[in-house]
Amino acid sequence: MVDPANGRDGAFDVLIEEGRVARVGKDLPADAGTTVVDLAHGFVICPGLIDMHVHLREPGQEHKETVASGTAAAVAGGFTAVACMPNTSPVNDNAGVTRFILQKAAEANLARVYPIGAVSRGQLGEQLADIAELRQAGCVAVTDDGRPVATALLMRRALEYTRMFDMPVIEHCEEQTLKGDGVAHEGFHASTLGLRGIPNEAESIMALRDISLAELTGGVVHVAHLSARQSLDAVRYGKARGVRVTCEVTPHHFVLTDEMLGAPVPYDTNTKMNPPLRETADRDAILQGLADGAVDAIATDHAPHHYDEKHVEFDRAPFGITGLETAVSLCFDRLVHRGLISLTRLIELLSVNPARILRVPGGSLEAGAPADITILAPDLAVTVSAARMRSKSKNTPFDGWRLRGGVAATIVGGRTVYVNAEYQTLAL
Amino acid sequence: MKKDLLGIAELSREEIYSILDTAEAMREIGQRPIKKVPTLRGKTIVNLFYEPSTRTRTSFEIAEKRLSADTLNIAVATSSVVKGETLADTAMNIEAMAPDMIVLRHGSSGACHLLARICRSRIINAGDGMHEHPTQALLDAFTIRQHKQRVEGVKVAIIGDLLHSRVLRSNVLLLTKLGADVWLSGPPTLVPPGIERLGVRVSSSVDEAVADADVIMMLRIQQERMQGAFFPSLREYFHVFGMTAERVKRARPDVIIMHPGPLNRGVEIASDVADGPFSVILEQVANGVAVRMAVLYLLAGGAEVD
Repeated sequence: MVDPANGRDGAFDVLIEEGRVARVGKDLPADAGTTVVDLAHGFVICPGLIDMHVHLREPGQEHKETVASGTAAAVAGGFTAVACMPNTSPVNDNAGVTRFILQKAAEANLARVYPIGAVSRGQLGEQLADIAELRQAGCVAVTDDGRPVATALLMRRALEYTRMFDMPVIEHCEEQTLKGDGVAHEGFHASTLGLRGIPNEAESIMALRDISLAELTGGVVHVAHLSARQSLDAVRYGKARGVRVTCEVTPHHFVLTDEMLGAPVPYDTNTKMNPPLRETADRDAILQGLADGAVDAIATDHAPHHYDEKHVEFDRAPFGITGLETAVSLCFDRLVHRGLISLTRLIELLSVNPARILRVPGGSLEAGAPADITILAPDLAVTVSAARMRSKSKNTPFDGWRLRGGVAATIVGGRTVYVNAEYQTLAL
Repeated sequence: MKKDLLGIAELSREEIYSILDTAEAMREIGQRPIKKVPTLRGKTIVNLFYEPSTRTRTSFEIAEKRLSADTLNIAVATSSVVKGETLADTAMNIEAMAPDMIVLRHGSSGACHLLARICRSRIINAGDGMHEHPTQALLDAFTIRQHKQRVEGVKVAIIGDLLHSRVLRSNVLLLTKLGADVWLSGPPTLVPPGIERLGVRVSSSVDEAVADADVIMMLRIQQERMQGAFFPSLREYFHVFGMTAERVKRARPDVIIMHPGPLNRGVEIASDVADGPFSVILEQVANGVAVRMAVLYLLAGGAEVD
């Protein structure tokens, strides 16, 4: 068991009763009537993973993903909970949409779903959405993700207003005039491929704006899908000043670089996402931040798109790739097995910190906590197969990749919702 | 050669020389009273143009006809594409009629790569977005070699809108592969970031770039690809970057002046330079046919030319 919140790292027994963790300890006695599952050496039990940044596309874009297919993908990827972005159609800017999403999540009955509401009505960047109502309906944070909060003034108001709930404002940092009609990271590769560039500063300028406004207001800001080294510097600067700022990075930004734009498949639209794949110096800065603590969380920015939408010219394709079913393997293979971070740190990034940032249950296997548990298989040989994914969409640049490390099983509220086909004998 | 001609990036130095050498033979065909050989008889070539083009399309068509291919021109208005079928679907439909080659001009960088992945037909890039225009660079190299007998060691100054130019990218790749000394000059707002990594010198001083140049290559100001203010006015642009007779004097006395066309007279180039004694602009156009014949011939498998 690796349970950083309780300082546990070793062999422990977990007793689950009525969907909750009843006891954790060494050599717990098992009553008659208790099902005992003996996990072989080599598995890791940890508090359920939480992906704090996904697009479930429902309502409105069910051809890409639904709450049901998205949460099926989540549990297959080891996530017991996901937080879903409000840029659906209609936008999740009112309690009706929030309740609809929660209803769909209850019907699917797989991963927990934490809706995130819009900062502004219709995400139009003009008036604040009914944030108190959104919160009451079940939203855990607000964001205008897909785009930034349009003006500094509106961001200031959002940070001030959400203070009364201690609710984070999650920001898609992007100075839109600098982004312009860019489709790829501004640099050598975009230049030679003739793709319009998006400079790092499109992100870092907005990150600095928001960190400054968080300092001004005492509000809580979370920088989503941070990609540029300058933005990470901005976050470090904010933290050093005591600003309430956190940030997340995606697996694709710590694994891939803009070199992928040209090879192995030139102009592969599965290398098009926003923020774009950055250059090596940015990737290395993010790896450093993951190791030294400047980065708080790993989130996937799971952005499913239909094949038809991606099977077009690069500049016409939508931004985004799926991520739920590849994240854990990429984290193991590229972070843990390469010695960049410990398993404990990985659990912090994927479970403890997302729970803390969103102020939701989870991230801990203390007695009384919901029995949301992920069983990891650190040495499992995984070959990524887009065709076999649970997500409705198959837009991943990792198809065919061989990675070491994966998910054995996923337990939500004491109920096993996913067992890897390799481990059907676990009898969970 | 490979299946497709997608860009200079995919060509080796040897392949480039082979195209240039073949083009010499093709040029001779254009000087005969009957300018036609049966080399591509029975081959079907589709010229699929998503952007307006006079020079390139005409040049390909003449090249195809001189080689006796059956040719078909499809001009697609970009506006109808927005509502209509995707490039992939259009390509599949054309492909179903089994052409041997598709010559594609498209406004999106990488469009030819997309087609090449879908189609069995050979794809020839006739200009894709801001990416490459390989046959233009080949005909430019052909023209340079005609006048300078070599490309290696020749100083080439390329001046103008570097950022939006596919001609620039193809020329930089080709000229550096053949060992030319390549200088670029243009407003700093129109320089592709990192371009010097391709082994070229970048200067915002036109005078420095053209000093002792063997070749001055002017690029068109592409107002249709520009959103936003890259420079204050066309008047100021001409003042700072326009090629005037005065500036030409800084180059070598046997300098040649090139331009891929269409010209913006009085914007990037003064009329007396464009029409003057150093200009080889119309020779470029003439050579375009020979170079495209060479490309078509080599892609078709290089059968005997009679």
